[in-house]
Amino acid sequence: MKVLAAMSGGVDSAVAAARAVEAGHEVVGVHLALSRMPGTLRTGSRGCCTIEDSMDAQRAANKLGIPYYVWDFSEKFKEEVVDDFIAEYQAGRTPNPCMRCNERIKFAALLEKALSLGFDAVCTGHYATILTGEDGELELHRSNAYAKDQSYVLGVLTAEELKHAYFPIGASASKDDIRKEAADRGLSVANKPDSYDICFIPEGDTQDWLNDKLGSTPGEIVDRSGNVLGEHPGSHGYTVGQRKGLNIGKPAADGKPRFVLEIRPITNQVVVGPHDALAVTELAGSRLSWCGSAPKNQAEWFTAEVQVRAHADPVPCQAAVINGELVMKLNEPLMGVAPGQTAVLYVGTRVLGQTTIDRTVSAVPIEA
Amino acid sequence: MAIYLDYAATVPMSAEVLAAYTDALAVVGNPSSIHSFGQAARQMVEQAREDIALAVHADRNEVIFTSGGTEGNNLAIKGLYWERNKYASRKKIISVYTEHHAVIDTIEWLEQHEGAEAVWVPVHSDGEIDFDWYRNYISEHKTEIALVSFMVANNETGVITDVKKFAEVAAELGIPSHSDAVAAFGYLPIDFADLNLATMAISAHKVGGPVGVGALLVSRATKITSLIQGGGQERGIRSGTLNAAGTRAFSLAAKIALQNMDGHNQHTRKLIEKIQNHVSVNIPNAKFSRGGQPGLSHNAHFTFEGAKSDSLLFLLDQAGFAASAGSACQAGVARPSHVLLAMGRSEAEANGTLRFTLGANTTAVEIDQLLEILPSVVATARA
Repeated sequence: MKVLAAMSGGVDSAVAAARAVEAGHEVVGVHLALSRMPGTLRTGSRGCCTIEDSMDAQRAANKLGIPYYVWDFSEKFKEEVVDDFIAEYQAGRTPNPCMRCNERIKFAALLEKALSLGFDAVCTGHYATILTGEDGELELHRSNAYAKDQSYVLGVLTAEELKHAYFPIGASASKDDIRKEAADRGLSVANKPDSYDICFIPEGDTQDWLNDKLGSTPGEIVDRSGNVLGEHPGSHGYTVGQRKGLNIGKPAADGKPRFVLEIRPITNQVVVGPHDALAVTELAGSRLSWCGSAPKNQAEWFTAEVQVRAHADPVPCQAAVINGELVMKLNEPLMGVAPGQTAVLYVGTRVLGQTTIDRTVSAVPIEA
Repeated sequence: MAIYLDYAATVPMSAEVLAAYTDALAVVGNPSSIHSFGQAARQMVEQAREDIALAVHADRNEVIFTSGGTEGNNLAIKGLYWERNKYASRKKIISVYTEHHAVIDTIEWLEQHEGAEAVWVPVHSDGEIDFDWYRNYISEHKTEIALVSFMVANNETGVITDVKKFAEVAAELGIPSHSDAVAAFGYLPIDFADLNLATMAISAHKVGGPVGVGALLVSRATKITSLIQGGGQERGIRSGTLNAAGTRAFSLAAKIALQNMDGHNQHTRKLIEKIQNHVSVNIPNAKFSRGGQPGLSHNAHFTFEGAKSDSLLFLLDQAGFAASAGSACQAGVARPSHVLLAMGRSEAEANGTLRFTLGANTTAVEIDQLLEILPSVVATARA
């Protein structure tokens, strides 16, 4: 088939492209330009948006003997990912921009363009596996390389998108294997450092960047009963579960440390409370999608596991769609889950679907 | 074998120029050395200087060899600006935003670092510069203006500007004019003496010479401040060991281009008209970007609204045709054309540009092959 290899300039996507070539596909390398003003050199641990990264991708494509192009998605990326990131923080939520990028850019805008230009599939260097289920439909599963498993950030893929997604390194044993394979293939990116930081935030300082975009308006720090405990310089500087930097003068009545429990953008309040109150027993969200076939009786409670961060452990739960909202009752409480995070549902290794968390239910009543 | 339709990016060297170039590379000697080796190399450079001077009707002493068009434009604009601000304050630089980035970015650099003030003359939607606006503006501000800069032919759209007209009114007010003639040299008759210019930049690889050599014409009456200091070569304006072989190949390529100019232009004009006619009949909502403005005979620049340039270029390249969206850029990304935006076109139009530039080697058969697939390429890119 005709495969578009999305090449970030990193080692994973380079090896994925190499394997696609080796599998006999007709492969074209494409680097996504996501920034209007790309830096010339990579800084910190950002991994895909500088001209150096584009050149790394080009060198890899040259080595593989495949054509290479840079496509400009900077406008779309700004609208769908960067602006969304800012709006989510403004709404007191904690977004995952990589997830949004997969949902709106890589497997939406890029895939759409690829299909219209005659490609059959988009290949990326993600660690996840696509299998055919008992019903003959495609399913997304965790990578065998559990430590690098990226099925979580792919939870946003729909059944239709799965048909055109191709993860040649998805079942790999480890990142070390991929690095070794890259070196064996003579790819100069073999030892390129992994990227961790959000690609569009320079120097990896999210708070400074958000202050710059949103400004900061001081507001109250309150407890769950509404008692004012102190003042904050700007609510988007806080994340649920945070303990440090609260600067509340007087200690809590029980002498225990206090944590951020909630951010209320409308009143510009940061709600704090004891560590126990961070525990949530229920998650729910109405922006949901199924990754492959949807469960047959969504309104009836079914057993699954839910994961709320890229590298968090999954937690068993009962899930159902009630009034258009995916509700997950957790068998054991999770600490510090913030609205805006994505809850990905698994059954065994299979990714069932996902929702952006709109609300959580605390394990501890307000009086505590 | 892929078909090359991007001559404006760079022109292939002919066998004759390549042979002269490689022979010249074998010549030992620094043109500034005193001994016989140096004199042999010097002779090569000075012959080249005379040939280039002849090609643009300039005095041989007015030819300053450079590394190419970008350096020439930088040297002229910064050099004139600094010279003009030595004894007076003349901060304004008058130009148009349809210029090449080597001009625009140099002017903007002077704004950021040297307190210059850019004044961009309005441009009509077909690329014609608003001459009356320009004339009024410079008459009203004549004492504040360091220089004006207008290119002879636009590298993207091919639009030709009557530079003489623009330079004359500036000269009457005592204001020096620079012109970027990189895209025009070799394709239009250029008479440096007659144009009333202070400086003019040309480049070798746009006429079939090697990359890495060009010239800045600096009229005898003009003083400019040099950008790089060193051995004082080229009248102290451009220090650095002279690229003797490069100048030799440049002058030969220029000479051949001028000898063949009429034939070349007739040949390419016929093919460009063929492309224009075919596109207007077979591709809906396509615009020939320069409309009825006079333009380079080997340039066809289109806007296909609703198609993105990167899709068009990808599909053409996959089908074996090398074209361009406009000028080449460092990251290899097709950006909306700043030239089209400056012409007041929408972002959607500026995103959907395609430029074909032809040369002596382009055949009618190649153009037929292109035209066979072009409508479907545009349709696919619009899907």
